[in-house]
Amino acid sequence: MTTKKGMEVSVALGEAVKLANADVIAAYPITPQTHIVEHLAEIVADGELDAEFVLVESEHSAMSACLGSAAVGARTFTATAGPGLEYMHNVLYVVSSMQLPIVMAVTNRALSAPLSIWSDHSDAMSVRDTGWIQIFTENGQEVVDNILCAFRIAEDQRVLLPVMTHLDGFFLSHMIEPILLPEQSEVDQFLPPNQYPLPLNPNKPVTMGDFGPPIIYAETKWAQQVNLRAAKEVILEVWREFGERFGRYYIPVECHHCEDARVLLLTMGSMSETAMTAIDKMRGEGKNVGLIRLRLWRPFPFDEIRKAVKNAEVLIVLDRALSFGGPAGPVCSEIKAALYQQDKRPKIVSFVGGLGGRDMSVGGFEEIVSRGTEISKTGSSQEFEIFGVRG
Amino acid sequence: MEKQNTYISRLVAKKEGFAPGHRACLGCGEALAVRLACKALGDNVIIVNATGCMEIVSSQLPYTSWTVPWIHTLFENTAAVASGIEVGLKVMNRKGRRLLPNVKAVGMAGDGGTSDIGLQALSGALERGHNFLYLCFDNEAYMNTGIQRSSSTPYGASTTTSPAGKVSIGQVTWKKNMPAIAAAHDIPYVATACPSYFKDLITKVEKAVAIKGPAYIHILSVCPTGWRCAVDLTVRIGRLAVETGMFPLYEVENGKYKLSLDLPQLRPVTDYLKLQGRFRHLPEDVINKIQQRVNVEYAKLKEKAA
Repeated sequence: MTTKKGMEVSVALGEAVKLANADVIAAYPITPQTHIVEHLAEIVADGELDAEFVLVESEHSAMSACLGSAAVGARTFTATAGPGLEYMHNVLYVVSSMQLPIVMAVTNRALSAPLSIWSDHSDAMSVRDTGWIQIFTENGQEVVDNILCAFRIAEDQRVLLPVMTHLDGFFLSHMIEPILLPEQSEVDQFLPPNQYPLPLNPNKPVTMGDFGPPIIYAETKWAQQVNLRAAKEVILEVWREFGERFGRYYIPVECHHCEDARVLLLTMGSMSETAMTAIDKMRGEGKNVGLIRLRLWRPFPFDEIRKAVKNAEVLIVLDRALSFGGPAGPVCSEIKAALYQQDKRPKIVSFVGGLGGRDMSVGGFEEIVSRGTEISKTGSSQEFEIFGVRG
Repeated sequence: MEKQNTYISRLVAKKEGFAPGHRACLGCGEALAVRLACKALGDNVIIVNATGCMEIVSSQLPYTSWTVPWIHTLFENTAAVASGIEVGLKVMNRKGRRLLPNVKAVGMAGDGGTSDIGLQALSGALERGHNFLYLCFDNEAYMNTGIQRSSSTPYGASTTTSPAGKVSIGQVTWKKNMPAIAAAHDIPYVATACPSYFKDLITKVEKAVAIKGPAYIHILSVCPTGWRCAVDLTVRIGRLAVETGMFPLYEVENGKYKLSLDLPQLRPVTDYLKLQGRFRHLPEDVINKIQQRVNVEYAKLKEKAA
């Protein structure tokens, strides 16, 4: 019988990679990802996981080594954060376009300058168009579960796409939480061995990564778009099966009082739990509010978002990243785009907050909801506001 | 020598890893070098090719010139991808999941992909000691993008980004000594080669592919398009590069230098330079400077190999 144990989320994440029986880990240390790779290095050094740990000289080479190992059919994992994710940016497109099922944990970190090791979603948003599946988590259990699900989704023969599991740096990666680690036998049943269909193999030679002239490039990209959109059904299926086996169910968009709330707040990642506390407090005070937690960022869950907001009059979106010179935070922009053609849609107010590790408190969320409600009535000369910014 | 050249080709494998029908330029020394290298590599390899001439001429969708498993991803990460392939195969063999023993990962890249943009990834892979072979096909500039200078372009060469002009002799830096950089990683095998000496090239590749651990071969590949020379002079110019000491052939086995062709006397560098348009503008004093440099460098090499 498995019981919950208190452990650091990064350590639990490493244990999930061990349970997944990864073959190859290639990683470069970067704060706040380090505890993940340190724990994995220990597991491999102690012989608890039979894997090759490639201690590469950069994140660019980390993702490139992962690319090579996935191309020969090995189960492959890496982890990075902020600037590390940016440094491997070039390789990310290649990995998804070549349909290589790599799983990567991203401990979300702000981008320089000024240098910040603390969390926000600038890194995740900058890679939203690279063709990866992106899942956001809000607590340690979700992290463990969505590392296991990530391997299953990525390696599914109908998908064969890389998956990023996002966890906020420090706020989540360094927390000690009660976490339930599944038994190895249960994981083995849920996650069959990786059967990559066309690996590099001298007995059956294939040419991978050809160059595409204009006459064929667009077709390859359309096929990629169709594949990523279609992956959503498999993601739902995997999450459903995971729920049936382990009793913990995941869906792309979590609704908290969406049905009857007049004002909805939308958040992603670790701050969603704080936001939920604020919403519950406000409801206790008789305020008609609710919360949407967006878990699946790519492929974007259009239907689920439209359904979640259908009864609301106001939707306040809190982004943890900026789109400089753009209309709003990146999440809010996409929510607006998803709802624009709807006959009935809420007024949408955009806030950006929690940048570079700035704490978002319960009181802060209360303030955002009340200020957002006010803006929805009065309008604003600004496209968005940075919550709590001085000057 | 001539007689040997006639008969020795019969000792070379007939099977092509790099099949005909590719789009390389007329007289391409690199295509010749890749073809010969593939004959030496055999079937039990996985090739990782950097972006560059050989990738472009061989892989246009939906065609391929490769009869062995081959992957291209980016310009700068060849050695890193090769290291991933090596460890992936190793761990799956160990776990009994995919039994492909003794398959060698082979990186192939040009001089830009090796000595400039790919140097960090290569250094990392050499330092980590992966069991892989890396072949640098050096045509001494970014030929695929239109003859721009690299750190491997020789002193005085005119390229599209180091053009000879009223106040410039062209490339003003000396060719980066990439084999020495590879050797500085204390890897088991480093060599230089040139397809003009094809048996030497084949022997070195065969040797390198059999070695456990990282091996590096730097192969001079004459480029008539970029060097502005006659397309029927590819092999001749490759020989002259060696005979003048501009590109000496040697091996570094476990740190020990050995000249593959010990020339009692070097031919003057002008014999090599005068056949190529990229050096045509050079005044005598610059040619003398190149000659002096070659003399010094060759003497140093001989000393190392003594």
